Amino acid sequence: MARGWFTVNTMTTMTTLHESDIEALRADFPILAMRVNGRQLTYLDSGATSQKPRVVLDAEREFYETRNSAVHRGAHTLAALATEEFEEARETVARFVGASADEIVWTSNATEGVNLIAYALSNAGTAGADYAALALSPGDEIVVTELEHHANLIPWQQLAQRTGATLRFIPVDDEGALELALLQDIVTERTRVVAFSHVSNVLGVINPVAEIVARAHAVGAIVVLDACQSAPHLPLDLHALDVDFAVFSGHKMLAPTGIGVLYGRRELLNSIPPFLTGGSMITTVTMESASFLPAPQRFEAGTQRVSQAIALAAAVHYLTAIGMDRVATHGTRMSAQLIEGLSAIDGVRVLGARGERVGLASFDVEGIHAHDVGQFLDDRGIAVRVGHHCAQPLHRRLGLTASTRASGSIYTTAAEIDYFLESVADTRSFFGVAS
Amino acid sequence: MSAEDLQGLYQQLILDHAKHPRGRVLLTHPTAQSHQVNPTCGDEVTLSVQVHDEVIQAIGWEGHGCSISQASASLLATIVESLSVHDAGALLDEFRIAMRSRGQIELDEDHFGDAIALNGVSRYVARVKCAMLPWVALEHALADGE
Repeated sequence: MARGWFTVNTMTTMTTLHESDIEALRADFPILAMRVNGRQLTYLDSGATSQKPRVVLDAEREFYETRNSAVHRGAHTLAALATEEFEEARETVARFVGASADEIVWTSNATEGVNLIAYALSNAGTAGADYAALALSPGDEIVVTELEHHANLIPWQQLAQRTGATLRFIPVDDEGALELALLQDIVTERTRVVAFSHVSNVLGVINPVAEIVARAHAVGAIVVLDACQSAPHLPLDLHALDVDFAVFSGHKMLAPTGIGVLYGRRELLNSIPPFLTGGSMITTVTMESASFLPAPQRFEAGTQRVSQAIALAAAVHYLTAIGMDRVATHGTRMSAQLIEGLSAIDGVRVLGARGERVGLASFDVEGIHAHDVGQFLDDRGIAVRVGHHCAQPLHRRLGLTASTRASGSIYTTAAEIDYFLESVADTRSFFGVAS
Repeated sequence: MSAEDLQGLYQQLILDHAKHPRGRVLLTHPTAQSHQVNPTCGDEVTLSVQVHDEVIQAIGWEGHGCSISQASASLLATIVESLSVHDAGALLDEFRIAMRSRGQIELDEDHFGDAIALNGVSRYVARVKCAMLPWVALEHALADGE
């Protein structure tokens, strides 16, 4: 009996983040103590960029103060230590997303990751016989979805323009849900690449990865997953998801700016030509030509983002210590509170209310422009995102030019969301739209 | 900033103009027209003018966006009609200097009339672009000439 009780109690602690746990975590984030416009900061813009715990900030500083040197070049002691730590960071991040270290390429951010793939595929057309099979040409198709962030749309538009391939998209319905009934018609034998987001940065809805991957692989297409809004909030197993490439940004998952990850399935990563060329990505160089190292080094030309990679690993350790299952459960709870609370306010339309989501919601307050909603909230110390959130086509499809987005993280309390919801309700009387 | 400042930004006159905009129809036969977009928020203003003998004979606009950009367009339409191109340009410069002053310079009521309600904007750096949007459209339209 006693043992059973103990197990249940532990399970409860293990599977959720209680308000007291969050209060304790908050002490790790110096910025959360800030006052903004005379009010305690309520930071609900973690979807744009998360705040950073002290251990992450310290990791970066400590590296610069005690081990700073260039990696993968030079043989002095500090260079060896830095290289070792840099590669350990890769191992840490690989384990975190269910990948192998040699499948993890450092980038500046997810945007660079998508561009790297798009340019590598584009270079395949002119990089010699080894790569010819990957080249795109007229008649080939690239498929995205209508809810993509511009970072997972424009690089593909540009690739289509450069190669003569056609860009197609899986549309969304009036509610913002992907029209998966059209999947078979849109992803066909002509499809070479299918790129989509794991979690929409506007709707917060988790997309059905398995269904899309199954169809894409059935027709032999490469799958590129934008994991920017899932990596910080959900346990991620890229091998299990069976995607070919994935990208995400460190700064959205408690790490500094300037570091991102491109995951690529090992065989595929070694079969695409490099994008940026230069130092540290080669084996032999003559005045006429060069041969390249295997992945990931072949994609890491020039001096790398060493301190940022080490800080990202510190962020991953921090998240892992909390437990990504608990982080995900907390996200589900936040999303329920956001959706229920916003839906209960007269004149508020929540975008894409259906489906499982992370702790993020976008909404429209009838008669009040998003910028005005955001200004009112800012006056109360509440930071939200306003605008099109880099997803103009989705907003246009939903009949809007802009919306307001609240996005939480592990440090977001239920009390903060309540304060936010009250404040959203108050916008209506302030702007004179309450009936 | 405080709730008082927020009232200063969103004066009743601004909310009224945003809700019941003046001059919100494009001219059928403009001599010049300019479409301006604020790429960060998607706010849009198209402003059309009819200029003859260096005088703004008529002005009309269309657009959508936040209450600051829409009220600013509405107020602009009420004050620049029948001004000379030269005077409108001078007014524009005055408006821009006040908006960029971070609350240091107020709009002159003799020149701007009701549009002085926009004074509060200059303390909100992120919103200056909103108030400027229709004025930038005017600048481009006037630069296109008759």
